[in-house]
Amino acid sequence: MTTKTPADNRPLSPFMLGQYYRFQWTSLLSIIHRVTGVGLSVGTLLVAAWLIALATGPVVYADFAKHLTAWYGQILLFGWTWALMYHLGNGIRHLFWDIGWGFDIKVAEKTGYAVVASSLLLTAAAWAVAYFL
Amino acid sequence: MAQFTLPQNSKLDKSAGKHHKAPEGSKKVRNFKIYRYDPDTGANPRMDTYEVDMASCGPMILDALIKIKNETDATLTFRRSCREGICGSCAMNIDGTNTLACTKTCEEVKGEVVIYPLPHMPVVKDLVPDLTHFYAQLASIEPWLKTDSPAPTRERLQSEEDRAKLDGLYECILCACCTTSCPSYWWNGDRYLGPAILLQAYRWLADSRDEATGSRLDELEDPFKLYRCHTIMNCAKTCPKGLNPAKAIAETKKMLVERRV
Repeated sequence: MTTKTPADNRPLSPFMLGQYYRFQWTSLLSIIHRVTGVGLSVGTLLVAAWLIALATGPVVYADFAKHLTAWYGQILLFGWTWALMYHLGNGIRHLFWDIGWGFDIKVAEKTGYAVVASSLLLTAAAWAVAYFL
Repeated sequence: MAQFTLPQNSKLDKSAGKHHKAPEGSKKVRNFKIYRYDPDTGANPRMDTYEVDMASCGPMILDALIKIKNETDATLTFRRSCREGICGSCAMNIDGTNTLACTKTCEEVKGEVVIYPLPHMPVVKDLVPDLTHFYAQLASIEPWLKTDSPAPTRERLQSEEDRAKLDGLYECILCACCTTSCPSYWWNGDRYLGPAILLQAYRWLADSRDEATGSRLDELEDPFKLYRCHTIMNCAKTCPKGLNPAKAIAETKKMLVERRV
């Protein structure tokens, strides 16, 4: 029974987001939630490395801090701050969905805007505190 | 496994697309770029361009498809039946989102009208996807009234309030627009039931006359069948009937939590 049926050779219809299926505001935010989640997992390793450097001693820590305060370290930290704020906000949005609220398309889009806006505001606030206080 | 590119036999052959010119003297020409796959040759799919004279064409995308089939290329293959959005046959990916060709106007689309079959499905021919697995999944949730109590001598009655709970559920025409718009379904469709089938499942959970709620929930309590829904909401966004499968799925998840506490 190894004869190939036409069904075996059928092509798969085009599907990819962006290329064949238009990004929706809600699907875009959903993917960002996943990406920021992965980013935060990686960021946790950085926090662990920071703690280890701190525990090892002042020489190692100074070396570590040099990287964090360099331009690339600052960009990464800024990115992680935003990822944290976005994931936090969208996580709260998910909690509302879990109780069955906010499924109307218009509401879901509005809460999406709110999450993006709050993530930017909170990131700016966190960095303002870090720099000016 | 999540698959991000088309398999080799499914990649669009960019050099093979044909261009069908509109007849001389056409007044309002518009390009329709349509996915073509011919199982008889087995060659890779391609995109054919058809020039359509909108001055002599009906307003809907389906009107244009029928015009092309009648006047330009009889080999163009697609499903259609009711032409009024109740049968669900002409579901396809039009201008980047899934909808019914019969209820989508050509005017809504800007520029070239690009049409693919429903996404991430095996293609039988042109715009006709193979829905066998989709229907098998529907059968798996046993979409009919199940009762243990003896049959009454007349209809099983339902209060107006209980009947109202089925609004937004019973209208589903099983066109598969939502299911094939769902990235979770693209990547886990072998085990994830997808929005359309889960909305159907909830339609019976929400029915006051159905007596199999417990066993229906048992069947759905599965990391893949139900919980691959991540509230991406492509389903609700694309539904040509304006239904909200994401909400029905959330209500099902709530029922599963509520029966534990």
